[in-house]
Amino acid sequence: MTAESVAGSVAEFAIGRRSPAAAYAARFAAASAGGAIRLAEIPFLTHLNVRADPASPAAERIGAALGVPLPVEPGVVTEGGGLSVLWLGPDEWLVVGPDGAARELTERIRDAAAGEHVSVVDVSAQRTTLVVAGERARDVLAHGCALDLHPREFGPGRCAQTLLARTGVVLVAVEDGFHVLVRSSFAAYAAEWLLDASVEYRG
Amino acid sequence: MLLIACPWCGPRDEAEFHYGGQAHVAHPEDPAALSDEEWARYLFFRDNPKGLFAERWSHAAGCRRWFNAVRDTATNEIHAVYRAGEPRPVIT
Amino acid sequence: MSGRPYRREGVTGRVLRFRFDGRDLEGLAGDTLASALLANGVRTVASSVRLGRPRGVYAAGCEEPNAVVQIEEPFPEPMLTATTVELYDGLVATGLPGRGRLADRPDPARYDAVHTHCDVLVVGAGPAGIAAAGVAARAGARVILADERPEPGGGLLGTTETVDGRPGRAWASAEIAALTALPDTRVLRRTTVIGHYDDNYVVAVERRTNHLGAAAPPGMARERVWRIRAKRVVLATGGHERFVAFAGNDLPGVMLAGAARTYVNQYGVLPGRRAVVFTTNDTAYAAALDLADAGIEIAAVADVRREPGSAWADWAWADRCAERGIEVLTGHVVTAAKGEGEVTGAEIAPRSGRGTREVAADLLLVSGGWTPVAHLFSQAGGTLRYDEGLGAFVPGETRQAAEAAGFAAGVTTLRDCLADGAEAGRRALTALGFGAPGVTVPVVEEEPANAPAEHLWLVESGDYGTHFVDLQRDVTVAEVLRATGAGLTSVEHVKRYTTAGTAHDQGKTSGLLTSGVVAHALGVDVAGLGTTTFRAPYTPVSFAALAGRDRGPLHDPVRVAAMHEWHVARGALFENVGQWKRPWYYPRPGEDMGAAVLRECAAVREGVGAMDASTLGKIDVVGPDAGVFLDRLYTNMMSTLKVGSIRYGVMCRPDGMVFDDGTAIRLADDRYLVTTTTGNAAAVLDWMEEWLQTEWPDLRVRCTSVTEQWATVALAGPRSREVLAALAPGLAVGNADFPFMTWRDAEVAGIEARVCRISFSGELAYEINVSSWYGLALWEAVMASGEVTPYGTETMHVLRAEKGYPIVGQDTDGTVTPQDLGMEWIVSKKKADFVGRRSYARADTSRPDRRHLVGLLPEDPGVLLPEGAHLVSAPVAGPVAPTARPTARPTALAAPPVRALGFVTSSYRSAALGRTFALALVSGGRGRVGERLYAPVGDDLVPVTVTSHVLYDPEGARRDG
Repeated sequence: MTAESVAGSVAEFAIGRRSPAAAYAARFAAASAGGAIRLAEIPFLTHLNVRADPASPAAERIGAALGVPLPVEPGVVTEGGGLSVLWLGPDEWLVVGPDGAARELTERIRDAAAGEHVSVVDVSAQRTTLVVAGERARDVLAHGCALDLHPREFGPGRCAQTLLARTGVVLVAVEDGFHVLVRSSFAAYAAEWLLDASVEYRG
Repeated sequence: MLLIACPWCGPRDEAEFHYGGQAHVAHPEDPAALSDEEWARYLFFRDNPKGLFAERWSHAAGCRRWFNAVRDTATNEIHAVYRAGEPRPVIT
Repeated sequence: MSGRPYRREGVTGRVLRFRFDGRDLEGLAGDTLASALLANGVRTVASSVRLGRPRGVYAAGCEEPNAVVQIEEPFPEPMLTATTVELYDGLVATGLPGRGRLADRPDPARYDAVHTHCDVLVVGAGPAGIAAAGVAARAGARVILADERPEPGGGLLGTTETVDGRPGRAWASAEIAALTALPDTRVLRRTTVIGHYDDNYVVAVERRTNHLGAAAPPGMARERVWRIRAKRVVLATGGHERFVAFAGNDLPGVMLAGAARTYVNQYGVLPGRRAVVFTTNDTAYAAALDLADAGIEIAAVADVRREPGSAWADWAWADRCAERGIEVLTGHVVTAAKGEGEVTGAEIAPRSGRGTREVAADLLLVSGGWTPVAHLFSQAGGTLRYDEGLGAFVPGETRQAAEAAGFAAGVTTLRDCLADGAEAGRRALTALGFGAPGVTVPVVEEEPANAPAEHLWLVESGDYGTHFVDLQRDVTVAEVLRATGAGLTSVEHVKRYTTAGTAHDQGKTSGLLTSGVVAHALGVDVAGLGTTTFRAPYTPVSFAALAGRDRGPLHDPVRVAAMHEWHVARGALFENVGQWKRPWYYPRPGEDMGAAVLRECAAVREGVGAMDASTLGKIDVVGPDAGVFLDRLYTNMMSTLKVGSIRYGVMCRPDGMVFDDGTAIRLADDRYLVTTTTGNAAAVLDWMEEWLQTEWPDLRVRCTSVTEQWATVALAGPRSREVLAALAPGLAVGNADFPFMTWRDAEVAGIEARVCRISFSGELAYEINVSSWYGLALWEAVMASGEVTPYGTETMHVLRAEKGYPIVGQDTDGTVTPQDLGMEWIVSKKKADFVGRRSYARADTSRPDRRHLVGLLPEDPGVLLPEGAHLVSAPVAGPVAPTARPTARPTALAAPPVRALGFVTSSYRSAALGRTFALALVSGGRGRVGERLYAPVGDDLVPVTVTSHVLYDPEGARRDG
């Protein structure tokens, strides 16, 4: 479904869609005021889980259709045209796009698969995206993430499925910090944890 | 906390993995053809050596791939990791 | 005497006020509690745990066995060593009799943990550690240097030695300042490495604000656990001095010689006025000279070694002592510390035994040699070897990428320690591929050549009752001899027999001494006896530090569905299901749980209710072989399911036992959506991946979790159809258009939805699935009519139990087959194979006495059986036979053994049945329908009648509304 198609009809029930960390917007903003750390939610991004044989012609065609190749190297993100493709496993990727793009992107990928065995599943609401940015972003995450986040080891363009505190996340290194993709049911826990872990770094 | 080298993701903390017991114990092709004893052996019997042991691990919190490792059960040293379906490497 | 008789002349600093055992005292900035107490002439700090003997400061670091204190203010903290508590203004502490008290109020401080990685971790910022870190850091490696003390320098802090022409302490500070300035080097002070684990996983605890007292910034974590993964580890952990067992060696005023030297040099504190020194080696001479230079009279040095021989040719200590008029008595021992409550003298005797004399002194310094701190090396699996020269065990081989350096490796002189540290740094770099950098070793002064030590463990005596080997556990030589006399020959056994080495200090000063005394008693070599096992933590760690921020609301993740806020706002109580918080019931004002659940149940049976069912696990199974795959995993046939239809299924393990249940929805020819129980969502997905990856890689199937993609509202009850019709005007909801076990795509409340007609209550029911972004909107829309009663998991449980529907994990426990549950019908006879099938041909799964799921009706319809209650049959003791009148029931169990026939798995009050009922697993249960069993509950035996497990609407008349 797309946001536009339902937004109007839902309005009569007072609320439309709601992102998993919506309740944290004000506390994220307050925690970010000092500048050394920035916490925020990017709601409603399109997430498509794509599974295919990486060596198949379909995988190549999907990359071409998206304008972004499906990365074959573990832990790598490919980007272009407003899309990024995260390596999740040797036959599994997460295609990240803007709000409302799920249906169109799904069709594009299915068309590119052209009957080959490819799984495309809309998981946009399965996870939400939390931003942990600023000069102390690494320090905050290091309280709960066992990966080596040194820029030489995990710089922009890298991603990993790993643990943050006591929840699984997809961690993506971006220019000014990290995106933490967390399961929706864990979003409140992750938000509370990040707020607590950032106390010393709020500047 | 062991450091286990996932064949795809590289070294990660043991906490990211699930243990899967002895490797190379295939599900029988035709269970109906087995005697009760043979079936019970598949269900309930596993090796428990002191020393090198080929065992299964899943990178549960990472890429979710199952793979095999040869670990020395006396020292916890992992001598090799290899992907599911690959033969057990010879450790010298 | 001046105002500060125990403070070295000229020592100044910021004055700190503190209180100890009720006395207001003053110390100086830089003091530890121990040094401040000594500076105030406080000799007795604590009392011993078993014997209640007075005890004073014995050491100057974490190895302290005696001076155990409790901080009272600003926040109570038990069992700290006075030697490691940094003094601050306002500190209030008391000495402990070997046991402390936990705080009686919540700790307001924050604690945290951090993960970090480095190329080289150096443990210990003494001369070897600084040298190692310097070499590694200057080559560009990522280096962490961790040291337990507030100030770097290690052993240099307590001596007067110089490095590169500067006092050692100044050299250390300058080096650390230079290293700290490097971008990839981190120096951790006040950080004790407590554990060295596999693959160089090293855990350290940093004390960040403890030393600030009430001035600690509130937002700053008080203690931090560092979880370090290091490519190489250099253990420059130095050594601990040990003492000798002689009579009264625990009296306040007896002190390790090196500790006294540290108090004089580092803290400017005089631990006494007149000292006797008792030594087995040269190191105590440096202490004696420094003390003498600080103004402490050295009454005598008793050196166990006999007259210097050829090895003593260059022995310079005698001359230095002579210059200061210090009498050196070689071949002598201290046979006893003298004094009531504290040292007033020492009894010295030649080893030949004749000519005992008593020397007046208020300080008795002891050096029984030095033991390398090999704890971490050993913890990580390294072997230790005996070093004849040191009379101690030193690191040998290790599998870890680790090595010991400096005194920890058995290297004794400052010059050699610096060189060894630098070499260790260079070797680490080489191993990491940094090339082979040149190494410059700092320059030190010539040190006098050391004469060999003599390894003396105890001074022989006729009475070993006060020859202590473990001061903290009050273990004496007499007790060790009792152990060896009882036939114990292993130090591990002696440790457990005597408790030596098991205290708070884990035998840092006493471990080797105990081994030595055992060796002496057995007439064997200590080299062959070894030491007891070293285990983490190296020093005690607060539980608060280990918990870190994993406490309170962050103790374990709380998972919530999209509608959670609504449930909270409506006063729902919550049930924990795995990590999920699920609404349990929604009490109205004045209602208790029982009343609320009866009301909710009645609403669903008679009207319409709604439940948040979002927590069920959901997995998309996609691919041309999806049907084949599901046929192999479920006991029933899934490949024959038509697109648009739904089927219930059970999954079993290869042993045939129920693993999970749920529904499969066929979305397309090559696409199913399967649901799992709430608690098993991850396990089922892992299970699917395991089979696909390891057994059936040829199957073209991919599985993707969509548990949180969807929010689900279960709408149940005879009026659910009309509510759905109103919300989804475009959906044909008639029974023929939308039959049981089918699904439809529709707009519900204007939201794209997938509506499934399935029922877990036996009533007409629907499950409405929408994107979880719209979960709250859908729920509010469902509730907006005002006709729908929200119900929670308790009501869901009652309703399903009335129908005999089992809950996997509640009514099953991994030993239950589908047949045991009365679900023979779900086990396909047609399929050639599926996971578990072969096991149904095993003798065990067809035993007639297997436990079957049955219903139970307590004979008193008001009695609610506790879940978990056992069930027994007659005969039972009592005056009447079990077939007698129901009112004359037995009141006691038969004499053991009483065979337990099974147990209650679910138990509820039913609105529909107007009574209580239960489900139970009962041996041969289906053959016992109508039989009376008894549930022992407290002192009572509750009679129950076995029934079918389906108690409500057995003919299924209600599901179509």
